[in-house]
Amino acid sequence: MAAEIHELTAPYALDALDELEEREFEEHLRGCGDCRSELTALSEAASALAYAVDAPAPAPALRGRILDAARRERSNVVPFRSRRIAVGASAVAALAAAVALAFGLWANSLSNSLDAERSANGVLRDPTAQSTPLSGASGRLVRAESGDAVLVVSSLRPSPPGKTYEIWVAPGGRPLRAGLFEAESGGAVVRLSERVPAGAKVMVTLERDGGVDAPTGKPLFIAAT
Amino acid sequence: MPRDFAHLSDEAVVALAARGEETALAELYDRYGRVAYGLAVRILRDQSLAEDAVQEAFLAVWRSADRFMPERAKASTWILTLVHRRAVDLVRREERRRTDPLEVVAPASGDAADEATWLRFERERVQDALKLLPDPQREALELAYYGGFTQSELAERLGQPLGTVKSRMFAGLSRLRQLLGDPTPTEESWQPRSTS
Repeated sequence: MAAEIHELTAPYALDALDELEEREFEEHLRGCGDCRSELTALSEAASALAYAVDAPAPAPALRGRILDAARRERSNVVPFRSRRIAVGASAVAALAAAVALAFGLWANSLSNSLDAERSANGVLRDPTAQSTPLSGASGRLVRAESGDAVLVVSSLRPSPPGKTYEIWVAPGGRPLRAGLFEAESGGAVVRLSERVPAGAKVMVTLERDGGVDAPTGKPLFIAAT
Repeated sequence: MPRDFAHLSDEAVVALAARGEETALAELYDRYGRVAYGLAVRILRDQSLAEDAVQEAFLAVWRSADRFMPERAKASTWILTLVHRRAVDLVRREERRRTDPLEVVAPASGDAADEATWLRFERERVQDALKLLPDPQREALELAYYGGFTQSELAERLGQPLGTVKSRMFAGLSRLRQLLGDPTPTEESWQPRSTS
């Protein structure tokens, strides 16, 4: 079995192992970096097969049902459940665990050059981070206890030619430069280059390309932490 | 519902879902719900079961978004893996896979207009890539991925040794990855195709 088990990467990526084989292979994955890298690549190819299906669209009501069920989970209300959904609820936990195990074991990253966004994700994923709504724009500032912060802004026009959005952290005195962004796609997720002390304000102004040392205009929007 | 997160990457939307942002879950559904449901219907051949599989997969996304590691996998791969895993679990339980898995589900008619362009493009791209695979490889991938057959069941069904089935799966996935990963045709992969 030991020599053959490496060959199970492809069947595993296709969910084509029986339960026993699957358990054995997952055990093997823990100690085999080669199989983990291979699995990363093969799983991406396997999931591409999902796109090849020419099937009808789901009933519009499905979206609402999923969001209702998600809301109930969050609010911890024990809802009335039909038998069908009750069966589903226990399956969800097992499903999340099974696939998280497979994904959590993946050691090698996929090619993804969005390093800045990844470091932003670290703050967004921090459960202790505080989220403050923006006034003047749609979005929020998410601030970790360390002061590391991410600005999430949506429905924002791209900055005009020759101009850029500049972020400022104002701890009380002179505002400090905290990064530039363009909102090319109508919004932005930006990791601030300056830490945000508790109680500080974060502001955004429109400045000339390259940014300036001190804000020249009124803030377009503000988050008061 | 406004799509506030329309400009964000999948991975950033997952991070927001991990913070309990319901609109982030809605955004992920708007991006992948249709592919997810199409896949589940193809495997399960039952709309109600397919809806269950999709609902459970998206709730698993909601519940475990905080554990998702974007540096290890694409969010879309994770979501579609959840859907696939659940649909395969259900089809094995229901013994529905005895129907011929190569039979094509009747394509949707009338709602093609509301299908996102990127989705149609992606479907054609993957279908084209599949056509370039040698028949035995394509057959192994389709029976496993859409049919929910295990490798041992496939070996029996195809009358081939297990080792052959495994190597067809491996060769098929590797080739598919190569075809999908490289948008410029290479000498090896390029084949003249008649325009129809």
